[in-house]
Amino acid sequence: MRISRHHPRGRIVLFSSLLLLAITGRSQTTFPVNGVADPRQHCYAFTHATLVKDAHTTLADATLVIRDGLITAAAAGLTPPADAVVIDCRGKYIYPSFIDLYSDYGMPTPERAARMDFRAPAQMASNTKGAYNWNQAVHPETDASHLFTADDAKAKPLRETGFGTVLSHLKDGIARGTGVVVTLADASDNLVIVKQHASAHYSLSKGTSTQSYPGSLMGSIALLRQTYLDAQWYKTQPVHEGTNLSLQAFNEEQTLPQVFEGNDKCGDLHGDRIGDEFGVQYIIKAGENEYQRIKEIAAMKATLIVPVNFPQAMDVEDPNDARFVSLADMKHWELAPTNPGAIEKAGIPFCLTAADLRDTKQFLSSLRKAFEYGLTETAALEALTKTPATLVGVYDKVGSLDAGKLANFLITTGPVFNEKTAIIENWIQGKPYAVKEDSWKEIRGQYKLVVTAADGASATYMLDVRSAAAANVIAKDTMTGKFSYDGKMIALSFGGRGGNRRPVAATHLSGFATGDTWNGNGTDSAGHLVVWNAAFLQATPPIPDTAAHRRPGRLGKVLYPFDGYGWDSLPTQQDLLIKNATVWTNESAGRLENTDVLVHAGKIARIGRNLSAPGARTIDGTGKQLTPGIIDEHSHIAAFSINEGAQSVTSEVRIADNLNPEDVNIYRQLAGGVTSSHILHGSANTIGGQTQLIKLRWGVDDEGLKFRNWDPFIKFALGENVKRTTSQNNNRFPDTRMGVEEVLTDAFTRARDYQRQRKLAPNATRRDLELDALVEILEHKRFITCHSYVQSEITALIRVADKFGFTVNTFTHILEGYKVADKMKEHGSNASTFSDWWAYKMEVQDAIAYNAAIMQKYGLNVCINSDDPEQARHLNQEAAKSVKYGGMSEDDAFKMVTLNPAKALHVADRVGSIKEGKDADLVLWSDNPLSVYAKPEKTIVDGIVYFDLERDTQLRIDIANERNRLIQKMIAEKKSGAPVSPAAPSFHIELSCGEHGHHEGMLTIDEGGDDDQNAH
Amino acid sequence: MKKYILLFSLFAATIARAQDDVYPAKDYKGKLFITGGTIHVGNGQVLQQSDIEIDNGKIVRVGTGLMPSGDAKVVDAKGKQVYPGLILPVSDLGLKEIAGSVRGSNDFEELGDFNPSIRSIVAYNTDSKIINTLKANGILLAGITPEGGTISGSSTVVQLDAWNWEDAAYKMDNAIHVHLPGFIVRPRRGGMRMALQPANDPVKEALEKVEEIKVFFREAKSYLAETTHKETNLKFEAVKGLFSRQQKLFVHGDQVKQMLVAIDIAKEFGFDVTIVGASESWLIATLLKENNISVILQEEHRLPTTEDDDVDQPYKTPAVLQKAGVLFALNDSHEETRYRNLMFNAGVAAAYGLTKEQAIQAITLNSARILGIDNRTGSLEAGKDANLVISSGDILDMRTSIIEHAFIQGREVSLENKQTQLYHRYMTKYGLQ
Repeated sequence: MRISRHHPRGRIVLFSSLLLLAITGRSQTTFPVNGVADPRQHCYAFTHATLVKDAHTTLADATLVIRDGLITAAAAGLTPPADAVVIDCRGKYIYPSFIDLYSDYGMPTPERAARMDFRAPAQMASNTKGAYNWNQAVHPETDASHLFTADDAKAKPLRETGFGTVLSHLKDGIARGTGVVVTLADASDNLVIVKQHASAHYSLSKGTSTQSYPGSLMGSIALLRQTYLDAQWYKTQPVHEGTNLSLQAFNEEQTLPQVFEGNDKCGDLHGDRIGDEFGVQYIIKAGENEYQRIKEIAAMKATLIVPVNFPQAMDVEDPNDARFVSLADMKHWELAPTNPGAIEKAGIPFCLTAADLRDTKQFLSSLRKAFEYGLTETAALEALTKTPATLVGVYDKVGSLDAGKLANFLITTGPVFNEKTAIIENWIQGKPYAVKEDSWKEIRGQYKLVVTAADGASATYMLDVRSAAAANVIAKDTMTGKFSYDGKMIALSFGGRGGNRRPVAATHLSGFATGDTWNGNGTDSAGHLVVWNAAFLQATPPIPDTAAHRRPGRLGKVLYPFDGYGWDSLPTQQDLLIKNATVWTNESAGRLENTDVLVHAGKIARIGRNLSAPGARTIDGTGKQLTPGIIDEHSHIAAFSINEGAQSVTSEVRIADNLNPEDVNIYRQLAGGVTSSHILHGSANTIGGQTQLIKLRWGVDDEGLKFRNWDPFIKFALGENVKRTTSQNNNRFPDTRMGVEEVLTDAFTRARDYQRQRKLAPNATRRDLELDALVEILEHKRFITCHSYVQSEITALIRVADKFGFTVNTFTHILEGYKVADKMKEHGSNASTFSDWWAYKMEVQDAIAYNAAIMQKYGLNVCINSDDPEQARHLNQEAAKSVKYGGMSEDDAFKMVTLNPAKALHVADRVGSIKEGKDADLVLWSDNPLSVYAKPEKTIVDGIVYFDLERDTQLRIDIANERNRLIQKMIAEKKSGAPVSPAAPSFHIELSCGEHGHHEGMLTIDEGGDDDQNAH
Repeated sequence: MKKYILLFSLFAATIARAQDDVYPAKDYKGKLFITGGTIHVGNGQVLQQSDIEIDNGKIVRVGTGLMPSGDAKVVDAKGKQVYPGLILPVSDLGLKEIAGSVRGSNDFEELGDFNPSIRSIVAYNTDSKIINTLKANGILLAGITPEGGTISGSSTVVQLDAWNWEDAAYKMDNAIHVHLPGFIVRPRRGGMRMALQPANDPVKEALEKVEEIKVFFREAKSYLAETTHKETNLKFEAVKGLFSRQQKLFVHGDQVKQMLVAIDIAKEFGFDVTIVGASESWLIATLLKENNISVILQEEHRLPTTEDDDVDQPYKTPAVLQKAGVLFALNDSHEETRYRNLMFNAGVAAAYGLTKEQAIQAITLNSARILGIDNRTGSLEAGKDANLVISSGDILDMRTSIIEHAFIQGREVSLENKQTQLYHRYMTKYGLQ
């Protein structure tokens, strides 16, 4: 359950003026005083300081004056006001305190839902009580200022790191509500709020919401998108919606700075694209890996909030542990500290945050690491002061040392980012918070120590203070003393027989420091009372701070994608001339022996004998076979989520929203001769999500993967999965094939009504992304590929389609297609099936390996698909099984994984055969491509060789070398005494339909189920 | 007894469709000649245009120019390929009818952690519809294996043309199966973003479990050293054959550390150990060879373990083992195709470094050796059972792997199955044949 929501808006102006009064007026408040009033001005003057007013202005020997919690003056040559307490800051630096925009300081901890029970019934509605949104993860009405309560235990580490002000919000849910700017003062909550409604926050993580929807990343994206539309529509005061406080709040918040939690390179882009759709430029909370796609990140034109949470080295001394850590993870360890610098270098405006750090106190040391790896100090200071203050509209109050602003500043012993510099005090709203008081005064040096016994006998020593925690006492010998100084109190013991042996009978002294003279009392080695004093004689020359940052040693290259098999620069198109191969044209010409194929500008330019093309790269195809690239009609690779199974109709979700161009399966499948894959939504629900056809352009970004100018498709599913057969207590309609048919009829009935209403009253009708997709089907603009098995359900869908006037484009899986080949042909469907799968569930008991052959003989356009990242690597072999089962010709069999899927996907005009003018998506095989012995030697997409056996051989060596370099580097890091974490195996999530028994590898996690909670 | 009644009534309820007219072959005691074929002996040898003489189910002679006697049955294999019957070494065939969701069809995984006395054979369903699809592809023998727990029980080798499990048994209780604990931390399902750090140290837990296994064997050894017992311990009794090496110990595990544990167990107890799974065996092939540990690779068509691995690593692992001299067999445990692609797994291995004959050996003679049945089958040599397959072309390649005849102990077995029947049924419907 969420904690609180409530309270109408409209008090923002009033509150701000109250705040102003509190600061500038007399200290009147509504709060009664229990006792005698004690009004004070708190006027202080800090003199002779180096004032760093902002990142670009530094005043030497200057004075800062504060009064009543505000800065009243900051300049050189000021005379302190008469009533000021003067603090001599000779040798000290004063900086504006830092600002962190990504905090949950003072927020209640969102209550984590109990671990999801995959077999539990679905929660279809929100558990939140009140007139709020239908979805529990959308709660823009959450108001951080109402939840806020100061928490000194949490404030302390932030203050000690240099922060004075934070923007705090409840980090929970998709629409998270507003953020509040507060100081870290230990004062009443009323006084520390700087700006009540400073920002609105969003993410794609449903957080503590227990509601089933959304159950996937693309579901979260669809939900946020629909919420924008709903909020817009809510402005028309729709009668049937009643009062929706969430949508009301959502609309009110749109004028505030909008902050989106991206958390990594892909998440950033996902958010920015949603923003673009609705004219919103988010401020984006980044992660640690933006350097891996810096060009795309810069193109967002967003301001980033950048964490400095760099991974630790791992303990990889055991080779069996090291084996499971991927090169990508090791490279990221090496390169993550370059992230802030890369962001600065790319000209991206940014702030810095201590969020994500396990320990806030690591902030400055992490930041120094970022300096070593390219971040500049000026940019960092700007990113901690002016930039964040300006972003949330509080630069008039914080972010620099200027009169009128809150007296939030740091007193430091030197330039704030230097390693040896200490923050002495962090002043917030005019009140000091000690950080390292002992650094106020340089106490290192030599003192004359006189210890006097009760009888008046005294002993004199030389006290050599080496630091606030170490001193030697010199008499005849040098004795290591036990010493401590906290800025005020002194404790010292010495004597006995120190050394390595247990000290016995030492002299113990304690006392106070007043300037250069110290005194106090104690006991001597005999236990007699003594008094003592120490007088300063001379200082120890200070150790110079190494201002220059260490440079990191050799760093590896950023690869595209960030994987061992990635490129350090993307390959480009070039003319190719493949000579003297056996060419499987898939056209009427059939197989052509000793034939050349010329590729120009990514297209097949010429097919013939003895071709020549000056400037083209010649590839010898002698003894080899050249075929069109394999097209996989049914795949689940290269996506962050596949199933949005929380509802029976989710046509609003789009695979295209969450493509993952870095999935190593792209490369592996290129190595199996695949050039295009149709990435389908899973089969968890009757009407699944919108699909995406991609080309396997390994290295490009997600947009670059998309097959351009393609008719959009959508995934449907029937049978066991959609009726949740494996669930013991299904409560999601439907539970039978009877219900499945009705879900379809109902959805298309609603879509038809919606289509009509949108035409009649476009403005008054709520735009419904779910129904939009179904209307596209009705209008023959979107096409269905439907997971299906048994003949009853196939016929049922055909009849629904007939009734609503569309054609089911493709039946996929369709293992009983052979029983209804006649009906499918009459209806005009394509078939896409497995070669020889069966008996993995009840509904495939009648599956037969002859299915493809029967359907093909009957005249259907038949494809063989993978639905599995391994099977996709040998679809050629799968096709060949129809030669064995049913006696299909080799040419026809090979078409089932090339031309036929191209036809089924409406792209046969561009791919699927070797024909002049078509895309140069080609595979050069070592052998007959239907043979188990055939290996792809080159796989070409758009005329670019994306897989090459020779390059692959070289990459194996490179990967081994680079792995070895990084393992040695991590081991060296461990040996140097740096903290290391245990080797964390680099798991790879294999997404699947949620369909069949999975093939979980040692390092793969199968996420097929419809209830999975994989947010990213 | 009660158990069987329950079992049979379940079958009666679920088996309603097809293939009931595919019968096990009648005994054939007479003479049989396979003539003129290319004979892949199974031990690496190939004999061109050769003949096999079979009498009373046994191979009598293999050679050229053998003259069939008048009453002998003759199969002309001219231009065809003759192979030993293929062996699926580790499988839940006949124990798991419908993978996935139909609990009533499953009898492969018993409750409990240490179940050495559980015997797979008593639940083996000879009427499983899967079995006939394997025969049709040339797979004639299988090691029926229980799963679950740490010690799952004993497997039995069966021949795939039988009326009941007693007919089917080819070598009873040939191996005891142990599943080793994993040594790596797995994040929980759906929880990639959750902490990887587990509450407990998986290595420590694994080692504790390993110790528990060893304690079991140590105490079993002591128990078995005594001939009479006040109380009989069925679990200890069940592993007797391990100590006399009449039974094998099949240790299931893929990780290097699991395999090192298997070697350790072999050394301590002197067991005849085979590692099942062993996908990482290429990392320690010579060590396996040195310790005489054999290997059954579960699946050729699998993704590489790590994203940095060579993309074809699983395909070429057999070649690494072959080179190191490790005795290994290939298996097919693919749940969706139900084990009928064993020969194509071998084909993949042949494409990635094995010779074709080595690949054939990995699904015939090597498997027989590992299962302890090589005195009776696994190769086409005199004295062995006439378990053989005739294919019109290379059996390893789906382009050419067309099975024409299969013989088990000299009986020519039917290649029909539910799938061929449905094929004919619908070809008939559409008038396509």
